[in-house]
Amino acid sequence: MSSAAPGTPLVQLRDLTKVYGSGESEVRALAGVSLRIEAGEFVAVMGASGSGKTTCLNMLGCLDTASAGQYLFCGLDVGPLSIDQLALLRRNYLGFVFQGYNLLARTSALENVELPLVYRRVPAAERRASAIQALRDVGLGDRMHHLPSQLSGGQQQRVAIARAIVTRPRMLLADEPTGNLDSARKVEIMKLLRDLNEDRRITIVMVTHEPDMAAFAGRIVQFKDGLVERDSAQVPA
Amino acid sequence: MIWTTVLMAFREIWRNPMRSALTMLGIVIGVASVIIMVALGRGAAAKITADIAGMGTNLLIATPGSERRGPVASVAQPFKQDDVRAVVRELEGAAEVAPAGSMGALLVRGNQNWNSTVTGSTNAYFRIRAFQLELGEGFSDSQIQSGAAVCVIGSTVRTKLFGAQDPVGSTIRIARIDCAVVGVTRSKGQSTFGQDQDDYVLVPLATFQRRLTGSTDVGVIFFGARKANQIPQVKAQIIALLRERRRIAPGALPDFNVASMQEITATLDTVTEALITLLGAIAGVSLLVGGIGIMNIMLVSVTERTREIGIRLSIGARGREVLFQFLVEAMALSGIGGAVGILLGLLASWFAARLMHLPFSFVPDMVAIAFVFSATVGVAFGYLPARKASRLNPIEALRYE
Repeated sequence: MSSAAPGTPLVQLRDLTKVYGSGESEVRALAGVSLRIEAGEFVAVMGASGSGKTTCLNMLGCLDTASAGQYLFCGLDVGPLSIDQLALLRRNYLGFVFQGYNLLARTSALENVELPLVYRRVPAAERRASAIQALRDVGLGDRMHHLPSQLSGGQQQRVAIARAIVTRPRMLLADEPTGNLDSARKVEIMKLLRDLNEDRRITIVMVTHEPDMAAFAGRIVQFKDGLVERDSAQVPA
Repeated sequence: MIWTTVLMAFREIWRNPMRSALTMLGIVIGVASVIIMVALGRGAAAKITADIAGMGTNLLIATPGSERRGPVASVAQPFKQDDVRAVVRELEGAAEVAPAGSMGALLVRGNQNWNSTVTGSTNAYFRIRAFQLELGEGFSDSQIQSGAAVCVIGSTVRTKLFGAQDPVGSTIRIARIDCAVVGVTRSKGQSTFGQDQDDYVLVPLATFQRRLTGSTDVGVIFFGARKANQIPQVKAQIIALLRERRRIAPGALPDFNVASMQEITATLDTVTEALITLLGAIAGVSLLVGGIGIMNIMLVSVTERTREIGIRLSIGARGREVLFQFLVEAMALSGIGGAVGILLGLLASWFAARLMHLPFSFVPDMVAIAFVFSATVGVAFGYLPARKASRLNPIEALRYE
């Protein structure tokens, strides 16, 4: 993957199509999306619900496979890969943050953050050290041994972000990361994501329907009816 | 990685104490109930067999009277002393013979009295019926010959009339005669059929005939075959001889009956086998119920676990890695539950056996069957839903409600 030729975009979508169901009930969630994302970008994907923005994010995260078209990740065509190969791609290059946090219940913040490293076969001591560092990076150095149920929504999302960045991924994918939070927490989380993008050069693709949140990104991709309607750069807030 | 996964599996078990405990409980109950039921069933069967052995396994009993039941009333001739002498001659070396007669009688000692059965026979009676002398001794030859007023008493009679005292040398009144107690037999306990085998008094046959009944008839003849494999042959000999002596025409039904304990044992074995089969079937049902319990808790936890699988898959776990963890979890829960069930089952059946005065019988085959079955159910229902979930795409698994 690191052998990709210089100038190869991190992400390249060519006419990507996703169809759910068949016949009468056929739904074209993506109707031929073409998109380029360079390493280091912070992209906000916007659009009304049903516009295909979340489907597109799932495609980018190799969580779902396309019906037609091509997805090149660092120049590699993801289409022909097996389920296990996609899992390895996620393990080694991608990080996820979900609206609902998706932390393991009854499992401490530290152990949640360690989890991706377990699958990467990182030795226990190193794993622990990395996880502690990641939690400190998101400002939760003093809450490491708390369970998700003992943490506020904002704190849980911070744990999820720590879990996503502990592997130093090439791309962080966030699906409505602030959707469940109050406005003060929303801004905190967005600032954290912006800092990760600016200081760590982590590429971030974030789905949101809130213009206030999209304002933190350097580029906004607007979806409508399964197609990219508008793609514009901006100065981040 | 294997070690890490195993560790992760155990951590998951520990993190969900309620779920883990409920799963194990199903297995524990299933395994323990099977072990208890079958162990008690086998214990009861063993007790029945031992009781029969206690009555004398090589025992044959000849009684006058037709085997045929029905409206044809026939008064059968009792056996005579000559019949006894003839069978003794005929069976020399093959079987011991104890002619006997018995009747109910009131036993009196001082102000104590007790209704029991008095039997007249010879010393061979003790050997054939497997009675052992605890105190004193059997009858002397001269006492048997002369019909002396002596008796050997069973332990129940001893307790009723003498309490803890040594009865040997004392005199008790049997019906109308005073008899000196010369021996006490060791207790055999209650028979399988609820009969007190120690509630009897034995006097020499001549004493019984001359002093108690006034008749030389012999009510019943006991035989003790020397070898178990000779029982059918001994029986045939007895029948042939008695037919001849009692002048039964060839082909006619005899007016006497010879039963061997071996045949009775065989019949009883069929009964106990049926009993064990029945208990096994009940145990099987309880195992099934336990299995359904395990299945339920596993399936109930599947929603939560499907989300967990979605999380693991989304952060880069491969399906087989998740599955391996779930398999280890299911095996650990089933294994621990099975082990606890075995321990509990053995303890409880040992305790119950003591309480019910049954011999404790260890049932390794049942332990194995119960364990393997519960563990299989536990692993199957812990594993199969996980396998299904691991094949979903991560998004679907995460959305699972």
